Amino acid sequence: MVEYQNIFTRIQVHGAPDLGVEAGDSPLWRGKTTGKSSLMGRIGDAQIGPFYLGFTGVAALAAGLTSFMIIGFNMLASVNWDPIQFVRQLFWLALEPPAPEYGLSIPPLAEGGWWLMAGFFLTLSVMLWWVRVYTRARAHGMGTHVAWAFASAIWLFLVLGFIRPLLMGSWSEAVPFGIFPHLDWTAAFSLRYGNLFYNPFHMLSIAFLYGSALLFAMHGATILAVTRYGGDREIEQIVDRGTASERAALFWRWTMGFNASMESIHRWAWWFAVLTTLVGGIGILLTGTVVDNWYLWAVKHGVAPSYPPVWDPAAVDPQMGGN
Amino acid sequence: MKALVPIFLVVAILFAVQIIVSFDRWPVDSVQQGFRGTGMVEISNPRIEADLVKANQPPDSYGPTEPGGPKASEIYQNVEVLGDLSEDEFTALMISITAWVAPEQGCAYCHNVENMASEEVYAKKVARRMLQMTKTINSQWKDHVADTGVNCYTCHRGNPVPQYAWFQETGPAQSVGGFNAKRQGQNVATERAVYTSLPYTALDELLVADGNIRVQSAGALPIVGETGVGLQATEHTYSLMMHMSDSLGQNCTFCHNTRALGSWEQSNPVRTKAWYGIRMARDINNTFVMPLQPLLPEAHLGAQGDIGKVSCMTCHQGVNKPLYGAPMLTDHPTLGVASN
Repeated sequence: MVEYQNIFTRIQVHGAPDLGVEAGDSPLWRGKTTGKSSLMGRIGDAQIGPFYLGFTGVAALAAGLTSFMIIGFNMLASVNWDPIQFVRQLFWLALEPPAPEYGLSIPPLAEGGWWLMAGFFLTLSVMLWWVRVYTRARAHGMGTHVAWAFASAIWLFLVLGFIRPLLMGSWSEAVPFGIFPHLDWTAAFSLRYGNLFYNPFHMLSIAFLYGSALLFAMHGATILAVTRYGGDREIEQIVDRGTASERAALFWRWTMGFNASMESIHRWAWWFAVLTTLVGGIGILLTGTVVDNWYLWAVKHGVAPSYPPVWDPAAVDPQMGGN
Repeated sequence: MKALVPIFLVVAILFAVQIIVSFDRWPVDSVQQGFRGTGMVEISNPRIEADLVKANQPPDSYGPTEPGGPKASEIYQNVEVLGDLSEDEFTALMISITAWVAPEQGCAYCHNVENMASEEVYAKKVARRMLQMTKTINSQWKDHVADTGVNCYTCHRGNPVPQYAWFQETGPAQSVGGFNAKRQGQNVATERAVYTSLPYTALDELLVADGNIRVQSAGALPIVGETGVGLQATEHTYSLMMHMSDSLGQNCTFCHNTRALGSWEQSNPVRTKAWYGIRMARDINNTFVMPLQPLLPEAHLGAQGDIGKVSCMTCHQGVNKPLYGAPMLTDHPTLGVASN
C-alpha cells in the first residue's frame, strides 16, 4: 500500500480495464478499446482509453485541423514552400490579420482572408470542444465546473481575437497566429496602449495567475505531507474529517493563522484559475476601447507613483504637439 | 527508461550550448543615469567593450595644416566645394579622404590621375556630394552631432562603401502571385529586424519615408471618432527601436523610463538627440544619398537595385557615441562649415 504511488515508484498494478460507469450516453459513440502504458503509469493512470469523441469531438478535431492546416500551409508558402526554411524559421513565421484599411470587411485571401478563416475554424473548434466538455460532464452526472473554467479561457481567447477587434472596428487589432509574432504583438500592444502593467485588470490577472501557482503548490504540498495519514483520500476527508485533515489544518493555522478546508481549497483554486483569464479578458477588452493610455490613466487616478524628476534637465520634446 | 538517458543528456547539452552562445557572460557593468530605482542605466559588457574599443578608434591625424596663401580654386581647376581652402589645407584633406575612404585604391578611386580635374570617374561626383553632405550634417544637424561632428571616416572606416550602409531587405524567398497569405514585410528572422519577427521594412518606412513613430496617445482616454495608431504600425516603431538599441549597444532604458516610454519629461536628454538623429538620417538618405543611385555601378547596389542608405548603425556601429565621441573636425575644420 505504501509503495502504491506513482512518479516515485517502479511498482504498477495492472488489472482488468475499467470501462467506467453506465452514464446513459449513446453507446454508439462510446469506445470500448483500452490499452496500458507503463510510461503513463509512472505519472498517472496506466490505462489509456476508452475514448469518447462523439459528434462534437469529431467536429471539433476536424475544425481544429482545418485551422491548423490553413495556418501551417500559409506559413510554408511564406517561405516559398521550402521545407528547410520552414523548419528554420518556424518560430518566426505567422499568419497575420488583415491590414487596418480593411476594417471589419472580409479581405482577399492573401491579405488576411486566410487569417479570418483560420480564426473562424479555430473558434468553431474550441466552441465544439467546450460543448463536448459540458455534455460529457452532464452525461456522467458530474457538475460542469470544468466546462465553465474552460469557458473563462475561451472568453479571453474571444476577447483577443474577436470581441475587441469588433469594438475597435478592425480585424487588424487582433493577434497573429505564430510563436514569436504573437509575443511581439503582446509587447506592441503594451507599447501602444501606454504600458499594460498600469491596467488594474491586468494587475488582477497576474495576481490570480501567480496566486494559482502558489495555491497549487500549497495544496499539493499539504496533501502529500499528510498522505501518510490517508490525506490523499480527499473526498472521504471532506465528509469524514480525519487526523490528516486536522493536522494539515492546524499546520496552516500555526504558520499563517488561517486554513482553508478540505473542500474550500478546491474552490479557492478553481476561482483563482477562472479569474485569471476572466479579469484578463476584461483588461484587454477595456484597452483601446475605454482607456487609450494606461500610464496616463494611472497618473490621473493616483495609481502611478510620482517621484522626483528622473532627469534634470529632462529630455525636451522637439516636436511639440506633433506626432 | 534507461534508453532515454542518453537522449535526455543530449538535450541537456544542446540546451546548455544554446544558453552559452545566446547570452553575454556576466557580469555586465551598468552605470546609473536617471533617478535611482528607475533602472535607467548605461550598460556595457567589459569583454565585448574591449573589442568595441578596438574596432572604434578614430583615424590617424596628419597634424594641423597652414591656412593662407593662394586658394585651392586658384591653383586647381574644377574645385567646387573646397575652393576656399589654402593649398596646404586642400591637399591634407585630399590625403585624409583617401585614407578614410579608399586607402587601398588611392587617388584613382575618384580621379583620373592624368587629369585630376576631370569628372569622368563617377566616384568623384559622389565624393563631392558627400562633402556637401558632411558639411550639412556638421552645420545644420548640430542638434545631433554637436561640435564633435562627423567626417568621412565616421561611416566609411576605410571602405569605399560604408560597411553598415543598408539595402532594402526582402527576407528569404516567399511564394508570390498565389492566393496564399502575404508576409507583410515581417515574420522571418532577419538581421535587419535584429532577429525578431518584427517588420524588416521599418527603416524604409521610418528612416527613408517620414512615417509616424509616435504610437501612444497623449491622453488617457480614446477620442471618439478618432482612429489611433494601429498595432501593426506600432510594430514598425518597435522594430526601429530594436535597430537603435542594436546600433548603439544600449537598452531601452538608455533613453526611456520604460514605465512611460512616450513621456519626454522622464527621458534621458539623449532621447532628444536621438529624435534629431532620426530626422538627420531621413535628410541624408533623401537629400544626399538616394539621388546618387543612378551614378553608382551595379556592384555597389543592393539586391533590389537600391543604393546603400544610412541608419543609426552606419555611424554608431555598436557604440552610443560613434568612435567613442572622438572629435572629427579638428584637422579639417572646413568640414564643419556650411556648404556654399
